[in-house]
Amino acid sequence: MKTERITTDILIIGGGTAGCYAALTIAKVSDAKVLICEKAHIKRSGCLAAGVNALNAYITEGHEPEFYADYAMNDALGIARYDLLLSMSERLNSVTAELEKLGLVILKDENGKYVTRGARNIKINGENIKPILADAVSTLTNTTVLNRVNITDFEVRDNKIIGAYGIGTENDTFYIIQAKAAIVATGGAAGLYKPNNSGFSRHKMWYPPFNTGAGYAMGIKAGAEMTTFEMRFIALRCKDTIAPTGTLAQGVRAKQVNSLGEVYDDKYGNATSERVYGTVVENIEGRGPCYLQTKGITPEQEEDLKRAYLNMAPSQTLKWLEDGGPKEFNVEIEGTEPYIVGGHTASGYWIDVNRKTTIDGLYAAGDVAGGAPQKYVTGALAEGEIAAQAAAEYIKSTDIIEIDETDIAAHIREAEHFLDKSQAQFTVFELEEAMQKVMDEYAGGIKTNYRFNQTQLDRADEKIQRITELTNTLRASDFYELMQIYELRERLTVCRSVIAHLSARHETRWHCFAENMDYPERDDVNFNKFVNSRLVDGKIEIILRDIPGVAE
Amino acid sequence: MSIEINKSKCIGCGGCRKICPGGLIRQDADKKAYIKYPRDCWGCASCLKECPAQAINLYLGADMGGAGSRMRAEISDDIIKWIITKPTGQTEEININRKESNKY
Repeated sequence: MKTERITTDILIIGGGTAGCYAALTIAKVSDAKVLICEKAHIKRSGCLAAGVNALNAYITEGHEPEFYADYAMNDALGIARYDLLLSMSERLNSVTAELEKLGLVILKDENGKYVTRGARNIKINGENIKPILADAVSTLTNTTVLNRVNITDFEVRDNKIIGAYGIGTENDTFYIIQAKAAIVATGGAAGLYKPNNSGFSRHKMWYPPFNTGAGYAMGIKAGAEMTTFEMRFIALRCKDTIAPTGTLAQGVRAKQVNSLGEVYDDKYGNATSERVYGTVVENIEGRGPCYLQTKGITPEQEEDLKRAYLNMAPSQTLKWLEDGGPKEFNVEIEGTEPYIVGGHTASGYWIDVNRKTTIDGLYAAGDVAGGAPQKYVTGALAEGEIAAQAAAEYIKSTDIIEIDETDIAAHIREAEHFLDKSQAQFTVFELEEAMQKVMDEYAGGIKTNYRFNQTQLDRADEKIQRITELTNTLRASDFYELMQIYELRERLTVCRSVIAHLSARHETRWHCFAENMDYPERDDVNFNKFVNSRLVDGKIEIILRDIPGVAE
Repeated sequence: MSIEINKSKCIGCGGCRKICPGGLIRQDADKKAYIKYPRDCWGCASCLKECPAQAINLYLGADMGGAGSRMRAEISDDIIKWIITKPTGQTEEININRKESNKY
């Protein structure tokens, strides 16, 4: 097997929004050598490959960072870290200014002030946000980018990260990387549950199907403490295209209506989870399908909406051109399959205010970092900046530790085990389908209207463990197929943790996100707490932690 | 959701292969691009915007209500011209100026 060994100061895993911004920050504060490993290509990778339509986390005039932190705390119904939210909120506007400097187009009024879309949002043209970040990274002299290199495992010694392993999917090379520190910024996990479109268009989902939970899985396997996997993110999206709805709800103030034409927004509350829940209940009670009421908007509004969607979710515009536009037809909406995504909920690594994980030298930013929901783009940038500053400081007092040859050999053997087989009973796709079916039916997927009970979760756990064992029988004919096997295994690792977390929260705090039918009520006495976990000797250990006070 | 790559228009530059977020595109012996995993396409349209020859079209899968229209992108300076061709042959164009913000 072709191998390559690289030694660097700071390894950034994932060149998405947070990862790119971390590299830009390190170059400002130190002369450290940085390596970005990106499984795709940083020009169009991560959540923002197609673009983004607005910056949804911004401190608008007349507000303070506390305003945003309070909003995110409330939307999570109390399960979030105020310290993390505040440190993020304090940077939202400075990272926005930096993005504008790099070339992002932001709408301004005649006085040169940003035009807002609601109390926390500003209007942009974000179609080329990733090319802008990638261009900026390409000017850095101390940063090397390895595209098409997928990091699969950390190497941790005495609870300190010393390196990582990866596979090059275009050059069929096994990478051994030694680093003084690492920033994990891989994004969250899609594809755990059977998706809305489960056939030919199975990847037409909202969250990127290429975000397979690698960052979470590597942390879990390395024994890092993780938090709030039970707070799944279920998005309210346009039917079939699974395109965002915020542009309709906030942009043209479209209300949610059922098939009888009744507006139901206010009936269920306005928290993110409640907006999905309302749509689910209207359907259960026979008043579906549900829509965003766009009928009657002006022709100009319709044209602007078509443009706005081309800049972030082009399939929606294509759909309107085929079926008729939003001024004539209300836009049908549905809930997505559950995702695990710390940029919207509080799932991810348990971190301190410097974004340090419970593993020394390992920092987390963006969707993998837990405790700070409602990050959106600017929050991911802010976390990339905080993590980068902390990592740059940390490496001043640490040296490279050589990885043991026996550890390297074991990881190479594992890869060879899949590559050397001549035949296999099952394919990756078949086992992925099996996993998604189990999660859908037994762990609160679309099929059960996101509801579950303990008996079902026990079944899910048993079946997920069996599918995990079956992955040992898979075969890869090249490194791309090898990556597909690792992606499936990452997803299965995350599934197991999600099931354990859902089992541990004996209450229903968030409708849909964690709708526990054994405990259908909120329980503030016992569960105004974080559910955290650590993998110890192959078993998931649950740790309940108090919510730090706002004043702390 | 997926794309189709028009072999006769493809100039073999490999730009789409390079940037596809899923790594789904390959090049054959003549360097012509093809999508190896059409079911795995996210529909992000990155390849449409990367292609200098307008050889790539995006279409909606039948399972998501697609009726056979195709969409491609022509880039010149700051303008992205999206060209949609319906099964009837009728076309529609939408121009987007990258220097102009969204209204919503």
